Amino acid sequence: MRYIIVGTGVAGIAAIEAIRSVDKKGEMIMLGDDPHGFYSRPGLAYYLTGELHDKALFPKTREDYARLGFKYHKARVTRINRAEKTVLLDGRELLSYDKLLIATGAFATPLKVPGSALQGVLKLDHLDDARQILKLARRGKTAVVVGGGITALELTEGLLARGMNVHYLLRGDRYWGNVLDEHESRIVEKRLQEEGVTLHFHSELIEVIGRAGKVGGVRLLNGRTLKCDILAYAIGIKPRVELAREADLALDRGILVNEFLQTNDPDIYAAGDVAQVYDPLSGRSVLDSLWSPAREQGRAAGLNMAGQRISYIKGAPFNVTRLAGLTTTIIGAVGHGHDEDILGIARGDSETWRELPDASVAQGGFDMNHVRILVGEKTLIGAVVMGDQTLSTPLQKIISDKMDISCIHDKLLARNARVADVIVEYWSKYVASA
Amino acid sequence: MYGGLALSFLNIFKSDAARRTALFAGHVVPDPSRCVQCGICTYNCPIGIDVRAYAWRGEAIKHNECLTCGECVARCPRGVLRFERTDLFTAGAG
Ligand SMILES: Cc1cc2nc3c(=O)[nH]c(=O)nc-3n(C[C@H](O)[C@H](O)[C@H](O)COP(=O)(O)OP(=O)(O)OC[C@H]3O[C@@H](n4cnc5c(N)ncnc54)[C@H](O)[C@@H]3O)c2cc1C
Ligand code: SF4
Ligand code: SF4
Repeated sequence: MRYIIVGTGVAGIAAIEAIRSVDKKGEMIMLGDDPHGFYSRPGLAYYLTGELHDKALFPKTREDYARLGFKYHKARVTRINRAEKTVLLDGRELLSYDKLLIATGAFATPLKVPGSALQGVLKLDHLDDARQILKLARRGKTAVVVGGGITALELTEGLLARGMNVHYLLRGDRYWGNVLDEHESRIVEKRLQEEGVTLHFHSELIEVIGRAGKVGGVRLLNGRTLKCDILAYAIGIKPRVELAREADLALDRGILVNEFLQTNDPDIYAAGDVAQVYDPLSGRSVLDSLWSPAREQGRAAGLNMAGQRISYIKGAPFNVTRLAGLTTTIIGAVGHGHDEDILGIARGDSETWRELPDASVAQGGFDMNHVRILVGEKTLIGAVVMGDQTLSTPLQKIISDKMDISCIHDKLLARNARVADVIVEYWSKYVASA
Repeated sequence: MYGGLALSFLNIFKSDAARRTALFAGHVVPDPSRCVQCGICTYNCPIGIDVRAYAWRGEAIKHNECLTCGECVARCPRGVLRFERTDLFTAGAG
């Protein structure tokens, strides 16, 4: 049996580990076009801030790889021939497969405005991008950042940590408005401003202005111009589906796979950022674009390729990040409340926090804490936890298991409710009875 | 550059509050679903324990040399790590 894995990201590595856990002898070949192989792409943000060295981004040792017993070729797969069951490497060498995994990830959506090719227009997708940013970031010089989500904020923080003056352009009237509520957006914005970031609301980039082939400034839709030395952007990502498209596999935004991570060709699987996975619970096919789902999907794909039958069941949406220094967990549905099931919103801030009498101590010591909980009739629908993470694990479980919270419903929605206490009390009772 | 962060909101982790809770009998326990394998924990462990590898496997850091100093717990940007006490029944007895 020969397994071929295309992509050296977390989905690919998880698949290799999973295959080896059940098939001790099968031949595994991993193919990838990133010269650095497997490293933590989320960790790039912390390389930019200076919290770690680039050498620390590599999770696996040579011995770890040796133990798994697979071959690695640094190569780009340029074609899949389904009839012959082969892949073509760099347009030259052919390799045959019995089972193939496409784990080619996603790439940063390129900037399209005039001037996008100037030196100093930067994205944060790969290790080489991060190195390029650090090469061009200069203390005292000016950077403009565009993009509305987490990566744009990470670029802002990274450039700031390198001593640059940072202007952050936001299209709307607040930061990450489709996920955070206004209060939460303002928390993040205020912290950025306190660090010296200049925020520009209702601002859309229409042109990068060049000076001798380099970035000299930007022009905005409202007519304003800003001088700058760097323009960094993070405006979305796109699954790398070209291989699958040429091979005529079923596609939507990503490669369509069933709950076993199988494409419409039963010998070809897809996992991670490139895959759009059928969710048997909701009946929809979803793109996730996050590290943990990529790992879980890679694992399930690997096990299925090796002959098991494991379905990948997506839990409640779950994302952990750090916003302006605050560890933040986002669970379930928290966006603009189109959800009729939401009866009310419970909020808690630092004042209602206390030392929690628990056997486990989560990360604390933040200068501010915040929680927002979307309360339904019998269940909690979603939550945002910023700062102290003690409530994260209980809330994640309560939300994803749809635990019955009728008994605390009124307490949570009462005026000046001590929201954190109510959840902790409920949770302690649950743990004691379990 | 390393170690000398220019962002004050990243230095809050060095506050005593994060440490106070740290030095007691117990283990550091990861929640692997939160971990992105960035390596900050391993990079900062004063005795070079590969905390990240434990987080990948979802295992408690039952390492003889772990000082339960709390460095990894406090610095992890994702809140992956927490302490779980093993002295729950003896604490407060003396
Ligand atoms: C800056 C940044 C910050 C992030 N922060 C977070 C975060 O905070 N939390 C979170 O959950 N997620 C985050 N992510 C997303 C996370 O990194 C991805 O979800 C995850 O890496 C997906 O893994 P993957 O294995 O599917 O794909 P990738 O990691 O993208 O790996 C795909 C691999 O396939 C290779 N490849 C592609 N096409 C070919 C080909 N034709 N031939 C050979 N090789 C090919 C690529 O070189 C690459 O190595 C972040 C990403 C970035 C870039
Ligand atoms: S610092 Fe946290 S997120 Fe990073 S590798 Fe360690 S446990 Fe995982
Ligand atoms: S508690 Fe301290 S010694 Fe133990 S693993 Fe974490 S950083 Fe290392």
